[in-house]
Amino acid sequence: MDHDNCSELLKSIEDYLDGDIQPEVCTRLEEHLRGCQNCRIVVDTLRKTISLYHDEACQEMMPDKMREHLYMELNLLDYLPGTRE
Amino acid sequence: MNSTVTKREIDLDLLKQGNRGELAALVEQFSNPVYRIAMNILHSEQDAEDIIQETFIKVFHGIRNFEGRSSLATWIYRIAVNEALMATRRRKGNLVSIDAEIDMGEGETNPVEIEDWCCRPEVETMDAELRREMDKAVAGLPEKLRIVFQLRDMEDLSIRETAQVLGLTDSAVKTRLLRARLILREELTHYFQGTSQGQ
Repeated sequence: MDHDNCSELLKSIEDYLDGDIQPEVCTRLEEHLRGCQNCRIVVDTLRKTISLYHDEACQEMMPDKMREHLYMELNLLDYLPGTRE
Repeated sequence: MNSTVTKREIDLDLLKQGNRGELAALVEQFSNPVYRIAMNILHSEQDAEDIIQETFIKVFHGIRNFEGRSSLATWIYRIAVNEALMATRRRKGNLVSIDAEIDMGEGETNPVEIEDWCCRPEVETMDAELRREMDKAVAGLPEKLRIVFQLRDMEDLSIRETAQVLGLTDSAVKTRLLRARLILREELTHYFQGTSQGQ
């Protein structure tokens, strides 16, 4: 993989990001990343993009009122978190 | 009430017996992800609420026949996605097929903007403006890409599980995931370039 053809990186980047890559392809890719700042930035910012969305999702919760309606509809109101002794 | 839900192994036998405590544990564990899936597809709390209720009613009715060929999460998310997509179709009055091919025009996925914003302070603090930008970017994704991205990168499903939920091949999931990730990276890079120029 040379620097004139960085788009080659994209063919393996998905497996690389998911840790599901053949060892020899991984070695070639990491060699390329060591010498190519642009590709390194793309990989780093892709990783960061994924982690930002993942972290944001963990914080997005169903509103309390909606949860209460759900438990009521399912006849589980006595199990609604925060209402049991 | 809205604290992080601790995941524990759900006892399938108890669920099938209709044990209310176990059913409640199931709802507690999966209601937030089902809420996020419904909101991401429908963008309306009112519509999402109907879909969440419908999803768990179907889960409760279907649990006796659940054979465990997929994980419980995969099965529940598949019901939620199908319910939400059907609601979208009813609302829009048109059909959007989740397994339709995506046009991946040549060169379309190549990153254009190169700027290293990983260590910017607003990334660390994830301020309100960045969150708004992230929400706008993900809402702007084509539905077929958005659902794949959500299940894999936001709800932590594997490629295989995401494919099972959506009835796609692993390779279709990977293609859509890469496209979604690259579009979102590009959007965030634009945003950070804009904030740099404004400083």
